[in-house]
Amino acid sequence: MIEVRDLTKRYGSTLAVDALSFDLRPGMVTGFLGPNGSGKSTTMRLIMGLDKPDAGQARIGGRRYRNLRWPLREAGALLEAKAFHPGRSAHAHLDALAASNGIDRRRVDEVLDLVGLAGAARRRAGKFSLGMAQRLGIAAALLGDPPVLLLDEPVNGLDPAGIHWIRDLLKSLAGQGRVVFVSSHLISEIALLAEHLVVIGQGRLLADTSVAELSAGAASLEDAFLHLTGASTDYRGRDWVAQRKEGSS
Amino acid sequence: MTVLTGHAPAGHYRFRHVARMEWIKLRTLRSTWWTLAITAAGGAAMAVVIGLNTISKSADLTNNVLAGVVPGLLLIGVLGVLVMTGEYTSGMIRATLAAAPRRPLLLAAKAAVFAAASLTVGEAASFLAFFAGGAAFRHGISAPALSQPGVLRAILLGGASYCLIGLLGLGLGAIIRHTAAAIAVLVAGVFLIGMIIGAASRGIAAYLPVFIIGNSLTTTKPESCQGAAQCVHFLSPWTGLAVLGLYAAVALAIGGWLLVRRDA
Repeated sequence: MIEVRDLTKRYGSTLAVDALSFDLRPGMVTGFLGPNGSGKSTTMRLIMGLDKPDAGQARIGGRRYRNLRWPLREAGALLEAKAFHPGRSAHAHLDALAASNGIDRRRVDEVLDLVGLAGAARRRAGKFSLGMAQRLGIAAALLGDPPVLLLDEPVNGLDPAGIHWIRDLLKSLAGQGRVVFVSSHLISEIALLAEHLVVIGQGRLLADTSVAELSAGAASLEDAFLHLTGASTDYRGRDWVAQRKEGSS
Repeated sequence: MTVLTGHAPAGHYRFRHVARMEWIKLRTLRSTWWTLAITAAGGAAMAVVIGLNTISKSADLTNNVLAGVVPGLLLIGVLGVLVMTGEYTSGMIRATLAAAPRRPLLLAAKAAVFAAASLTVGEAASFLAFFAGGAAFRHGISAPALSQPGVLRAILLGGASYCLIGLLGLGLGAIIRHTAAAIAVLVAGVFLIGMIIGAASRGIAAYLPVFIIGNSLTTTKPESCQGAAQCVHFLSPWTGLAVLGLYAAVALAIGGWLLVRRDA
């Protein structure tokens, strides 16, 4: 459904994504893990055609994103940052997006209801909390009822009930036979959600494996992740406990 | 497990779909309506003030009252800038490009919708200014009639200039992407530099937007030079319209080229 081949993106002298290749299969949630700054968001942007790769390509159902016939009906995406105008209501925002892909306007109320924003639909979206903004982004991703969903850090800003809700939602969407690709830096969250994992570090593929396989050899999925990404973590705090011990010895 | 194979209808999204999106986006921002209302009302108010203070019967009365359009032109130009830069400052561009990833098509739809809206409001503002100013004449001056030579043409092209300055703003917005910088370039390019260069070089003055609008498009009595050395040879109304249209087209073409090339 989604094929990523040798995807490479350079920003100035920084290699953000380095010859990344993987496939995403329908019917399961695939987690996209990596340390901060490892290139997860950039990869999402490259798949979406927002940024242009320096080499390689990403295809959705055999086509590049910009060549999709009905983009919102073929792929839905929630990117990390807000993607709506603060002066427009949630309803107007979705109405405009629906029009662009010939989506029935009744679907707008349907997705607003689904994400729990029906009561706030006519308010200016600029007044939304982070959690509500996130729900609006999820509504936009689901608008075209697409067989492919790409979500960058979807639990950001959601309260515990919201996190529980989105976990169930994504699992059921995957259960319907969709491709569901979810990035996160929260391993505990991914452990509860995903069956399959794509792990990257410094823009390179570190693992493309099932959750069960990765955690098999380690005490926990977190340990396995830290072991895997240990060599490619760019931003790291000092080891506080170890430092204290050194200081006292 | 059922594998979804997609249930999109035949065909693909087209210009009309994207144009509908852009129209909904334009009309669902309150700032659009405020800007357009102030544009039309401001032009009429200026025309009334000009009308009340006109004492010379021999002046180009139509041209005088249509001078009230200039502040409104600035507002329309700024609105054009915001139609594009608002996408970037809010992050909306990501949703827009997710919905319509063919970028030249997107810019064309955006420009077409904004052109239609700004032309409609521009013509309304231009006629409103003409009649409001005409009604305000005192000192025994009678208002010019639409049937007089050049009057209807001056009003219509005055209205069209809103559309072209608006599109110039939209193009600059696509090139520069930052609201304040794009507005600065628009104001400088259309108004300030026009004043400065116009005073310094009479050869170039005829091609500056503010003079094209004031001295080519909305005039009914073209000034003839009669051999005076210091005189500016202003463009004819239709040449002026073409030059103004060319400015907007160049800005949109560069904006479109950059939109395709740059990361969003």
